[in-house]
Amino acid sequence: MNTLTRETRESDRSQAEQFITPPASVTEIGDGYRLEIEMPGVKKDGLEISVENNELTIIGRRSLPTVEGTLIHRESRSENFRRAFEIDPSIDADKISAKIDQGLVTLTLPKAEHVKPRKITVS
Amino acid sequence: MNFKFSKRKDITKTMNLIRYQAPNSTPWPALDRWSNLRDELNSFFDMPFWSGVGRTGQLFTGWSPALDLYESGDHFVAVVEVPGMRKEDIDISLHDGTLTVSGERKRESNNGETAQRTERYVGTFRRSISLPTRVDASKVSATYQDGILKVTLAKADEAKPKQIQVN
Repeated sequence: MNTLTRETRESDRSQAEQFITPPASVTEIGDGYRLEIEMPGVKKDGLEISVENNELTIIGRRSLPTVEGTLIHRESRSENFRRAFEIDPSIDADKISAKIDQGLVTLTLPKAEHVKPRKITVS
Repeated sequence: MNFKFSKRKDITKTMNLIRYQAPNSTPWPALDRWSNLRDELNSFFDMPFWSGVGRTGQLFTGWSPALDLYESGDHFVAVVEVPGMRKEDIDISLHDGTLTVSGERKRESNNGETAQRTERYVGTFRRSISLPTRVDASKVSATYQDGILKVTLAKADEAKPKQIQVN
């Protein structure tokens, strides 16, 4: 598959810490990909993004608001978020950029210069 | 954020069942989905029968954001996970003791883009919860930070705990 959508799940099992797998969307944009991951309750400081052996890992540690009172109904989960993707060799790992806004992490993964289509001038 | 309030009828509703989920909830997402469905069904059956007509379409909404409810002596605080929204696309309403948070997440699509994988929900959502006691519709406030909506509702005076002096 020529995209970064192949996910790596193996590493999830060996982790001692329990994580939630948040929903993610991948969009192919002009000369790269946009990856969006939902991590409510995560601030910029709580975000850890790493690339190792073609594996892109995004960990979001939550800093949940403190609320006074007794919890009488709960649906949220307190675990942190983790999502890992195998990135395509066409992506330039050094140029990956990320931002977080209202709990939505957006990564831009540009393709490396050498894989971009180019015109060859006939001399 | 928009607020819509309506006066609660004089009849005090029978105490609504608030389903409690143990803090160490199940790690299986499928069960979460079931509990959301059960909430939807519960709130559906809470309604007077005929007013449920026209609401059936919401029974199987694609996105039912996680909601936590806290209670203190004079307040309720509802914490709802709605990441990646714009403030102005969130609606909060209070009707007959039921708090409803709804909104729309718009699809951001540009020409020349191809979706490879879409797990994030796009479209409208609605999440309701029946509050266990009456609240004062004029004292509701909300904040939205880090994708978490926090709605604070003051209990109505008659619902606050009272100390009764023995003469």
